[in-house]
Amino acid sequence: MTAARASLSAGTARRVRPVLVGLAVLVVLGALLQLAVGAAPLDLAHAVGCLVSPDPTCEPSERYILTALRLPRTLGAMVVGAGLAVSGCAMQGLFRNPLADPSLVGVSSGAALGAGLAIVLGRALPVLPGGLTQPVFAFFGGLVATWIVHALARVRGQTSVVGLLLAGIAVSALASAAIGLLGYLADDRQLRDLSLWLLGGLGGITHSVGLILVPLVGLSGVLLWRRARELDALLLGEAEAFHLGVDVERLRRRVITEVALAVGVCVAFTGIIGFVGLVVPHLLRGLVGPRHRVLIPAAALGGAALLLFADAAARTMLAPAELPVGILTSLLGAPVFLALLARVRASEFA
Amino acid sequence: MSLVASRIGVTVGRAELLRDLSLVAECARVLAVVGPSGAGKSTLLRVWAGEQAPSAGELRFDGRPLAQVHPTSLARMRAVLPQASALRFPLTALEVATLGRLPHPGRGETRRDRDIAWAALELAEVAHLAERLAPTLSGGEQQRVQLARVLAQIWEPSPEHPRRYLLLDEPTANLDPGHAVRILARLRQFVRATDTALVLVLHDLGAASQCADDLALLHAGRCVAHGEPADVLTPERLEACFGARFDLVPAPAGRGFAVLPRPPDDLHA
Repeated sequence: MTAARASLSAGTARRVRPVLVGLAVLVVLGALLQLAVGAAPLDLAHAVGCLVSPDPTCEPSERYILTALRLPRTLGAMVVGAGLAVSGCAMQGLFRNPLADPSLVGVSSGAALGAGLAIVLGRALPVLPGGLTQPVFAFFGGLVATWIVHALARVRGQTSVVGLLLAGIAVSALASAAIGLLGYLADDRQLRDLSLWLLGGLGGITHSVGLILVPLVGLSGVLLWRRARELDALLLGEAEAFHLGVDVERLRRRVITEVALAVGVCVAFTGIIGFVGLVVPHLLRGLVGPRHRVLIPAAALGGAALLLFADAAARTMLAPAELPVGILTSLLGAPVFLALLARVRASEFA
Repeated sequence: MSLVASRIGVTVGRAELLRDLSLVAECARVLAVVGPSGAGKSTLLRVWAGEQAPSAGELRFDGRPLAQVHPTSLARMRAVLPQASALRFPLTALEVATLGRLPHPGRGETRRDRDIAWAALELAEVAHLAERLAPTLSGGEQQRVQLARVLAQIWEPSPEHPRRYLLLDEPTANLDPGHAVRILARLRQFVRATDTALVLVLHDLGAASQCADDLALLHAGRCVAHGEPADVLTPERLEACFGARFDLVPAPAGRGFAVLPRPPDDLHA
């Protein structure tokens, strides 16, 4: 018994370290790929050389492509992928349901509506400094939508799965209708901005955007990670978490606020990129287990890697044109979601 | 030092679940709460756990009103096992047991916490399942893993709270007779050795009479009788509460009774 005891820790039993190392390697590879591929393919070693040292062989145009376009985009893909995956992870823990995802519970469409309002009614609104109008609107849109879905899905203190999905669908439908109305009211330029934005792409990410994205998504990621143990306790059930001293209502409020912050900011700059938050945490839970202390960083790495590769693919598949990456992640994610739904249906909806 | 419920009433909507109920759970003693389904046993446990606020009456933990005890302090001195815990996420049995240490300073992440979780798994006879994923275990095994989690929560007295309280709702419901009798005996031993107050909700009247120091018989939200098992369990009272006749046979070995319900005469084979 003691030998078994010494060799066994919950961490090593699941090969946490190899998975985390593997994911980190994927992130590095994805980032390098992002830098090298695109309308103007660059030699990888040359590109890295241009970035890290004042390489004399580096053309000004190459330097411009790298520093002004590809580097912010690479960083953006990493942060947005990580933010969406960590948010999905926290939502699944909060709702004790592997089907919860920021976009399914309305935070994405709420944020989209907020951002849409900012695009179309921008001139009529008080303008916030530094181009912050859109993220601020997206943030509050996401927060309000999530709260409505959450309130609708709770019956007698229990969050029901069916109620959650239905409320999410209803609120998303309502937000879509409102976005449609905005599209009708918009002028040509706004309409184009709105439609491109709804497809979800990383093209709008520039240096200044990175300055807002990185700290805000990073902040909410760290805050969510600090709730790891409480989220673990919640996996046992709400009553059980309460017996363990967790203030469930307060935890729920905080997690929802932090998820709305991360997703709202991501969505504001990139549009709707679906299924990253659903698929990544779910797949990784099978590999590293459901403990959030490990799962949240693993999801951050996995989400970053997924979006880096997806964006690199989106930029090269139809080159020189560029496919919105949201289309690609949905094409990838929807079948996985259907498979999940089929697997849990027997136990959930019986 | 004790857990005191005085004149508790619980009304939900128009249903009166508990009425004017007074009970005391004392340290180093086992209090078994028995009664027919719907008598209010689980409601009483939820009220004592702080999960459901009573609509009348008062609860005191070590003399302090329950509502004034900080949730973390409460979680360090009292643990609760609800009736059925459905775990859908693939935590291992050891991870589940270690979560019991969450209210303590190490947050269940120190070596000491893991040692305690192991010891609790051993007491609940599930240490051999420590690496298995809890949702894949049988009902009885899952119940014992959850019991280990609850025991791990109050395994040691925390410096500021020397008294401990354990509230278990039908901990043996899914266990085979061998496990049930051993687990109840171990719980009794644990409670005496650690000066813990144990409240058990039990369906099995015989098991209750054998393991409890005090017995409370609930019926329709009221405490019908309270005291030593031999005084509480009488054929007349049981018939009035359960609507069936019972034979009480003193257990051939040890304490308590074998409680044998009799089918009605017209249905007798």
